[in-house]
Formats: sequence, C-alpha cells, structure tokens
Amino acid sequence: MSASIIVGLDGSEASGRAADAAADAARRHDLRLVLACVVPWSPYSFSTAEENERRTIDKEREAKSARERVLDPAVARLSAAGDLTVEGVVRHGHPAETLVSLAREEDAAWIIVGRVGQSRVRTLLFGSTPSSLIQLSPIPVLVVP
Amino acid sequence: MNTSLPSPQAATFDEQVNDVFAPISDFIVGIVFYSVPLDFIDEGVVLPLIVVWLVLAGIFFTVYLKGFQFRAFGHAIQLIKGKYDDPNDAGEVTHFQALATAVSGTVGLGNIAGVAVAISLGGPGATFWMIIAGLVGMCTKGVECTLGVKYRRVYDDGRVSGGPMYYLSQGLKEKGKGTLGKVLAVLFCIFTLGGAVGGGNMFQANQAFAQAQSVTGGEDGWLGFGAAGAVFGLVLAILVGAVIIGGIRSIARVTDKLVPFMAVFYVIACLSVLFANFTEIPDALWEILRTAFSPEAGFGGVVGVLIQGFRRAAFSNEAGLGSAAIAHSAVKTNEPATEGHVAVLEPFIDTVVICTMTALAIVITGTWADEASAPGVETTSAAFETVADWFPIVLAVAVILFAYSTMLAWSYYGLKASTYLFGESMVVDRTWKLIFCIFVVIGASSTLDAVIGFSDSMIFLMSLPNIIGLYILSRVVKRELFGYRERLAHGALLPVAERGITPSPTGGSTAATTGVDGTTPNPPPSVEDR
Repeated sequence: MSASIIVGLDGSEASGRAADAAADAARRHDLRLVLACVVPWSPYSFSTAEENERRTIDKEREAKSARERVLDPAVARLSAAGDLTVEGVVRHGHPAETLVSLAREEDAAWIIVGRVGQSRVRTLLFGSTPSSLIQLSPIPVLVVP
Repeated sequence: MNTSLPSPQAATFDEQVNDVFAPISDFIVGIVFYSVPLDFIDEGVVLPLIVVWLVLAGIFFTVYLKGFQFRAFGHAIQLIKGKYDDPNDAGEVTHFQALATAVSGTVGLGNIAGVAVAISLGGPGATFWMIIAGLVGMCTKGVECTLGVKYRRVYDDGRVSGGPMYYLSQGLKEKGKGTLGKVLAVLFCIFTLGGAVGGGNMFQANQAFAQAQSVTGGEDGWLGFGAAGAVFGLVLAILVGAVIIGGIRSIARVTDKLVPFMAVFYVIACLSVLFANFTEIPDALWEILRTAFSPEAGFGGVVGVLIQGFRRAAFSNEAGLGSAAIAHSAVKTNEPATEGHVAVLEPFIDTVVICTMTALAIVITGTWADEASAPGVETTSAAFETVADWFPIVLAVAVILFAYSTMLAWSYYGLKASTYLFGESMVVDRTWKLIFCIFVVIGASSTLDAVIGFSDSMIFLMSLPNIIGLYILSRVVKRELFGYRERLAHGALLPVAERGITPSPTGGSTAATTGVDGTTPNPPPSVEDR
C-alpha cells in the first residue's frame, strides 16, 4: 500500500492544476500529498571559482525562493481545508530524476505534474520534465493539461 | 607579434613603464631564475634553481607518498563521476565542478605557446621531460589541494574559500610555527598579486592579441593598425570587467561552457594532425625518446632539454605554485583527501594529455625546426595549417577563450590574495579588479618584455613560500591521504549506490522540508559540515 502522491511544482498554472488534481486523488485514496519543487541543477555543469565560493549561499537562496514563491502558497492553499496532510520539499537536481527518487523515498503511488512548464524554449531544447518522467518513472505518472 | 603604438603619448607611456620596470624586473628575474652554470658538464649549460626547486618537491612527495598520484587515479575518476557524492549535497560544488574550474584556469597559453617554445629551444626530447614533469607535478598538486580543503576558511555568511595563505598561516600555527606561517602567507599573497597581473593577465592578453592579429592578416590585416593592441586590450578589459566588476555572470557562463568544448576541439585538431601523418608517428615517438637522452650535444644537451621540458611543464600546469589550491577549495566534502585525489587529474589533463598533443603535432609536422615562425603560438598554428587552412582561425578562437578564462581565474586568485592582505572590503575588492582590468590593456597593447619577465618571475616565486609550507605540513598530508585510503580499502567508505540505505528525505542541507504549519522541522544546515 503506497503512502503518498508526489506533485512536481514549478510555479506555473499547469502545475497548480496538477496540485489540485493530486489533492482530489489524495482525499479519495487517503494519501499524503508531497509537493516537490526541484531547482534544476547538474553536478557536471561548469562554474567560475567565485560562483563556487558562493555556492552554499546561492543554494540556500534558491531553496528559500522556491519555498516562499512556489511551495508555501501551494501548501497553504491545499491544507486550508484541513483534511489533507501536505508537505513541501525543495531539492536540487535533474527535475525528472529527482522526482523519481523522491517518489521512491516517499513510497508514492503516483507522480503528478503539469504539462507545460514555465519555459517553452527550454522544453524545445532539452525536452520536458513530463516526457522524461514517463520514461524514467517506475510508478504511474499523471500529466495534467 | 608586436604592436607599435603610433601615437607619441602612448609610445612614451610604454617607454616610461619600461623604464620604471626594467631595472626592478631584471633584478628580480636575476634572483628568481638564478642559474648555476654547469660548465663542468658542458659549455653554456645552466640550471635555473627555481626549476630544480619545483621538480625536487614533486619527486620528494612522489617518493614520500609512495607514488600516490598513480594509485589515486582510479578513485579520482570515480569521485568526479559522483559515485561518492552524498545525494543530500545536491546543489553544492561537486568534485567535477571543482576540477573543471581549476582546469579552465590552468589550460591556457602554456599548453599551446609554452610547448612550442620548449620544443623550439630544447628539441623534440623536451616533450619527454615535460611529461615526466607533469607526472611528478600531479603529486604536488594533490598535496596542495588536500591542504587547501583541510585548512579552508568558511566565512560567517557561508562563503567558502581556501588556498596556500590559509594552510600556511593555520597549518604552520598548528605545528608551532605561527610566525613563519604568517610571513609565508603574506609573501605568497604578494607574489600571487604579481603573478595574477603578469602571467595570469598581461602574458595572456598579449598572446591572445598576437594570435588574433596573426590570423586576420598580420600587420596588414584589419587588426594591423597601430593602436589595434590597445583597442583589443580595451575590449578584452571591458569583457573581463563586465564579469568581475559588473557581475555579468552570463558572459563567464558562456565562456565556461565554451572552454571545455574548445579544449576537446583542440585535442581533436591535434589528433587530426596526427592522423594525417600517422605513418610518421613511430618516427616522431622515437625521435622524442632518442633526443630526450642522447641529443647531439651530449650530456650537457640532455640537461638543457630536460630543463626546457620541466620549466614549460611547470609554467603550464602550475603544480607547486599554490594557485590550484585556491580553485579546488570550495568543493563540498568532509574529506580533504578526496580533493587531493581529484586534483592529480589536473596536471594529467593539462600536461600529459593536452601539452603532449601539442608536442606531437609540432614534432610530426616538423614546424618546430622551421626558422620562419617565431617560437610560440605561431609554431602550433603552422602545424595545424598543414591539415586545413581554417585550423589556425579555430586555434585563434581557442587561444582567446583560453586566455580569457585564465584571466578570470587569476583575477579571482588575486582577489583572494588582496583580501587576505588588506581585509575584506568593497574598496579592496573594487581597487584590485580595476587594477586588473587596466593591466589587460597594458598587456595587450605593448611588448613590455621586462614586465612580462617580471610577472613570470612572480608566478614562479609563489612556489617558494608554498613549497616550504608543503614540506612542513607533509606529515599532515600523509596522514590525511593514507588514512583516507585505508578507510577506503576497508570498506568504511562506500559509493552511494552500495551504501544500502535510502537517504533520509529530511536530512542534510538539500532537502529543505517545510512542515504543514510552515515551520522548518530541521535546523538549517551548519556550514561547518562542509
């Protein structure tokens, strides 16, 4: 028996709709809701020495901004009714891979994401998080338009 | 390769700078490159002591650490692949990033121009000694970077930086040599400032312009007009200033992505020169080995070849100078020894791979023996031209990018040295960066041999305080490295995939988990954990 539903949030409207759909499913199946915001980051990117020096601060800043701008409002909105256990998680990493590993940790039944992320150009260049998720995920993925 | 400035003011300015610098420079060059005449071996053979100093350190640590650099190799590869990275540390500086930052700072004109000089002056045999110096330098680099991480400083605001000034002052204090440590740290910083404006800036700017001018038609091309150097330098200075003063990181980010690409392309270009002449490869290799040991000049010649190889290798990979310890120190790890492992790859990539590629291309095409081109970038350019006309243009782009990234790296080293000397403040920060940008223009617009000689000396001088410190701290390093390897051998340290535990989603500094009530159940990560 799975314990939770993972929702990938990036602040876009579609990811907000994904969170709503996830909340419905969570109520119906009595599952925990884990809202995840992944800051795109690669261990193999190139950086300057000055950026390296500040990396810890920058990481904290990115995480704080993701929490304040994306997660906290969503957590507040979904837990307002008081019938759901909602938590927010910020991670750094490859979005799809990170959602999958989070799903393993949280014993998730589904991963739910919005179809259109914030940047279409990025999607064109690097593919979208939903399409990578579909290829990577060991559990069902629900993509919300 | 030079630009004469036509305007009388500018020419006077150059002369004035020269007049001020020349005596100081000659004096310092005389001391730093003090050479013992080896007339008893052969007439005219000299041995610069500073080269002996660097190589002895490499040999000492190779023996003392039982060939650590060779044993470290396999594990270093696993470390940069991220096999041992804690998933909770995602978002922090990885081993790969620390190494890439350091490599983009070292891969520069030393790999292209320096190698050509070594072979033009010392013959093909210099290649062999360059590789030996690179292999030995791997150990010195590993030692420096282990110490760099061990004694790095974590500022109150969470920034992390390290380098010889910290291991000299802190490490030697632990050894009861606090005063000596402070003196050495201050000396190191002074020499670093000199090296940063010189070898890390003016030399790079100057050679970048020389190559840009040469591919656009030389003196008659569109970069041939009198003040072209000054204009080129000004543009370069604006590009450097935009990043280091203006904080326009996107430029640096673009360069950072292009530099590895150019490095790969450079190696491919060298390989295509080799493939085009592959029937001559055995002859070239034989020539390198033969002339490394028995050049026509006899034993004295061997020493001469050896010195050329060693000197250019040291200039190219910077092992023993301490600069790399600054670049490697921000890595996220609890084990200083891990960065010691990773750092051995740096001279390997720089000298054993890239320099050797340049050398083979030059030896196979025979351009080193060609009197027509001045030893330097042009020799390499001529070797490339034998394969395709447009190769020298790509080389010019590579040279400019390498020079630019090396300049950014050294502006950072200089900044760290100046804040160590004068304290952390906006004034110190801005003053240093402004001075740095001014020297870009001076470097590109003139042929101030005296100034460049002076700054080369400063770069090598960095090795004096640094290596004294390395000797004093050698037992600390041995304990770190051998202790780590022992734990590794006994399975106390496993790759993440084999640890058999699911990393806790709430632990560590990455998973910032917010509870339902909006509070953070975990205390914020401590910077001491790094």
